[in-house]
Amino acid sequence: MTSGPKNLPRLLHSGESCIVLEFGDGIDLGVNARVQALRKKIENHPFPGFIETVPTYRSLAVCFDPLKAREELEAQGLEAQGLKAQGLESLLLKASEDLEPNDKEDEELLRVPVCYEGDLAPDLERVASHTGLSPGEVVRRHAGKDCYCYMLGFVPGYSYLGGMDPSLETPRLKEPREKIPPGSVGIGGKQTGIYPIESPGGWNLIGSTPLRMFDPNRDPAIFLTPGMWVRFVPIDGPEFTRLAQEAAASDWRPDIRKKEAAQ
Amino acid sequence: MRLLIEKPGVFTTVQDLGRRGWQMLGVPVAGAMDPGALRMGNILVGNGEDPLAQEAAGLEITVVGPWIRVLEGEGCFAVTGAEVGVMKNGVPVALWRAHRLAAGDAIAFSVFSPLDPSLDFPEGSAFGGRARAYFCVSGGIDVPMVMGSRSTYTQGKFGGHQGRALRSGDILVTGAPSVLWAECDGLECPPGLRPVRDPSVALRAIPGPQDDLFTEEGAFYSGEYVITNSADRMGYRLEGPAISHKNGADIVSDAVSLGSVQVPGHGQPIVMLADRQTTGGYAKIATICSVDVGNLAQRLPGQKVRFAKITLDEAVALLRQEEDHFRQMRHLRAAWRSRPKKFDFRREGAFLVRVEGKAHRVEWERLE
Repeated sequence: MTSGPKNLPRLLHSGESCIVLEFGDGIDLGVNARVQALRKKIENHPFPGFIETVPTYRSLAVCFDPLKAREELEAQGLEAQGLKAQGLESLLLKASEDLEPNDKEDEELLRVPVCYEGDLAPDLERVASHTGLSPGEVVRRHAGKDCYCYMLGFVPGYSYLGGMDPSLETPRLKEPREKIPPGSVGIGGKQTGIYPIESPGGWNLIGSTPLRMFDPNRDPAIFLTPGMWVRFVPIDGPEFTRLAQEAAASDWRPDIRKKEAAQ
Repeated sequence: MRLLIEKPGVFTTVQDLGRRGWQMLGVPVAGAMDPGALRMGNILVGNGEDPLAQEAAGLEITVVGPWIRVLEGEGCFAVTGAEVGVMKNGVPVALWRAHRLAAGDAIAFSVFSPLDPSLDFPEGSAFGGRARAYFCVSGGIDVPMVMGSRSTYTQGKFGGHQGRALRSGDILVTGAPSVLWAECDGLECPPGLRPVRDPSVALRAIPGPQDDLFTEEGAFYSGEYVITNSADRMGYRLEGPAISHKNGADIVSDAVSLGSVQVPGHGQPIVMLADRQTTGGYAKIATICSVDVGNLAQRLPGQKVRFAKITLDEAVALLRQEEDHFRQMRHLRAAWRSRPKKFDFRREGAFLVRVEGKAHRVEWERLE
């Protein structure tokens, strides 16, 4: 990875309405922390014409209305600061200097209750026999290590989690399922994840959460945001049923707290 | 107005300019595939007077159009985009022009081809070889806002009318129109202000963001590609000269823009469109500039595509020019609505207003 002086990100154009700031070329907690820090900085201090950001593992895409952004930045006197030709680019690179990634104290953790039992866990035995662990031990290890949400993508509310216990690595199913119900928790290779909407997929399903990871009629529709930690908490069948009813309410709120306090 | 969908067409959805602000959480933008056509249609019917207001939603009609009956109310409509035959009560009406609409009226679209089994359109009125037309109404199509937009995202089954394409028997309601909607009747968008949607024109693209991962861009910009049958609101797969990567096609997943040209390992480009996933793991050689995205979205499988390289500054200038066309159209609208009328205004009059069942007589008189 080549990066400029002051450890600045690479700046790439993705069309005239999007600039991508690339902080690295791998999957790395430190790199992603800088991505999230820049995202929050821009969200808190949006520039004229700013629309939204798309944070990914190692880069932040910044989407904007180029006419507003470029014209208003000029009008605001960036010209006087010698930034005329590349006002927006300079502004974004400047914002990328001295990023202060989240203090450990600020990190948030979402508790995701998961029922690892019966019909909700059709592939638990398969993961157990592949890994040589007992089903109970698979559950203990899956719930025993917090995962980090690097980014969301693929479908609404789908989180790319990192940090699963490596001993749980299990290859995907040879024949993917056509329909996986929303809330299913699976393992695919080295990754674990939660299916937010009904979709096809080849992951080993080891449980299901009663939480609605995506509900377009709720505000917010998605509560898991990039940079958050996820802790899977084992629950039994009756608890699953009870929480599923609660989570269906439009005023339902997830259990998100500071990571340090949640130890 | 209340509108009854008598026949839905093949794939008719409610679309505005899309859902912004949620890509961070994996929610696709969706929205009109030819945003320029939707925006022009909205100007014609008097929508978007308030520059801060959300763009009104219209119907995006794909290849086979719907039949629509007005059950209640009055307003005006315009059809933009594909050159398609449209009839109001059996009489062909001009595209890119606002027409009055009242209870009882029936709107019928032809199939977007010369062969229309069900309607007797005058010859030549019904074929344009384009994919999408927009039915815009005064007040816009009023469906519930989902995450800040009325656009239908059919794959996620949300937005628009019940998260899906329209079916026979669906009833749509229009929103509050501009107070001057009736004055828009007859307003037309001159050909020079319409977005260029000529299928023989090369699509202008800005290199990047991963153009450095390809051995040479030559094949991409000099080659001629054909749109495959795998072409929908999510993206268009093209077939033509293969583009080769330096070290494989895979990258660590990053954001996918509207018009991004992804090239997977087989070397055949895929252009990402309105319903695209927010992120992807293939290297992107170029991005079609915003004003030309609609020119691809209007093409059909089997039609050809060429790309022309432009700079970032050129793309911004094109966008400015397009914005200027919208501005000019709004000026034309203002002039049209205040034009001298041939008929004489009455100097006085009276009418009845019924409020909660009680009739009130209102008399008025013009003061000079």
